[in-house]
Amino acid sequence: MAAYEIEIILNRQLADCLSIPVFITDREGNLIYYNEPAEQILGKRYDDTGEMPVSIWATIFKPVDEKGNVLSPDDLPLVKTLKNCKPYHKTFCIESLNGKIEKIAVTSYPILGRPSRFLGAVALFWETKDE
Amino acid sequence: MKITIRGVRGSIPTSGPATQKYGGNTSCIEVSAEGWQLVLDGGSGMRNSNTLERPLNNRLDILLTHLHMDHIQGLGFFKPFFDPEMEVHIWGPAGSRKSLHARLSKYLSPPLFPMYIRELPCKLILHEVDKSEFEIGPFRVQSQYVIHPGPTVGFRINDGKRIFTYIPDHEPALGIHGIVSDQKWISGFDLASNADLLIHDAQYTTAEYKERTGWGHSSMDDALRFASMACVKKLLMAHHDPNHTDTYLGELLTELKMRNNYSFHFDLAEEGMVIEL
Repeated sequence: MAAYEIEIILNRQLADCLSIPVFITDREGNLIYYNEPAEQILGKRYDDTGEMPVSIWATIFKPVDEKGNVLSPDDLPLVKTLKNCKPYHKTFCIESLNGKIEKIAVTSYPILGRPSRFLGAVALFWETKDE
Repeated sequence: MKITIRGVRGSIPTSGPATQKYGGNTSCIEVSAEGWQLVLDGGSGMRNSNTLERPLNNRLDILLTHLHMDHIQGLGFFKPFFDPEMEVHIWGPAGSRKSLHARLSKYLSPPLFPMYIRELPCKLILHEVDKSEFEIGPFRVQSQYVIHPGPTVGFRINDGKRIFTYIPDHEPALGIHGIVSDQKWISGFDLASNADLLIHDAQYTTAEYKERTGWGHSSMDDALRFASMACVKKLLMAHHDPNHTDTYLGELLTELKMRNNYSFHFDLAEEGMVIEL
């Protein structure tokens, strides 16, 4: 299989150095890399799973609003980024692996390589604390 | 395919008795087959390409990996540019905003150079490449961006018989884990895969690389590892550091040969070297 574009490779190298969870997808939304902090959210190790098709990894998260209502995938930042090639940010809740509802903020951005090539997307998960 | 090395020094021309063996001219390689000629990069070694015989159809193709000064400083002194009979094609990496013409003009214009590009007497045609594939005479050329500051590509050149890969400025080990074991995540891997000859950046010792991580270059050990993973048949290490004398480079090569047992042949690229692939 062909090697990834360097814009994708450099995003992975950056993610490797960060202490915040980072998910990298290809243009179709397949999860091609997630870093160590992201492993805690997914409950899986990248070394074990490798890449994951969008149909599998998208079902791991259960995004809900603060009242517990299930959010439509179309409202999620990464899905919107993949659809529109634009950055998005949203605060919402996910059901953690132990069933607890946790509030998070997600920033997503498209990987737009030279010259204007859409190559994939990145989602950063930020822990939030109610103030 | 005939390959002639005109310059393999990195960063800045380094002439003098201490660099005579490996050469002090910056990056420039000639490639020829069936009367067609390619010139890879336009470093100061390009002046020595002026002895080229007139190519087929009066056409010459210059392939620029990137526009750092040590890869273009010879352009202004390359005779075919000043020959109205010549058709010169320049292939260079596309940038995010400015055209190749605009970026080359930064150098080929006053005050850095006395003429403007538009004043060059030859017929000049510019081509922007990214992840591209194109044909020049008998050569099928592939280009891809590689890790190096600013838009930078490597080239894979196939004449139908042999494959020559040229990645003179490249840092595939950038990141906390160095070169990863999964080929899909290695910059430049597809360009180098199974090449008969790879000329690759090997500017630093391992100790120097630790001090200069992110500068866009490779250690000799990383160049060897990259070549090994790509299963090349021969590696010539290039872009020699301007502070590395012939004596020191020789010592480094001896030490590398003693320490490594790779199945492929490796050596230091040397100005004036001619390789028949």
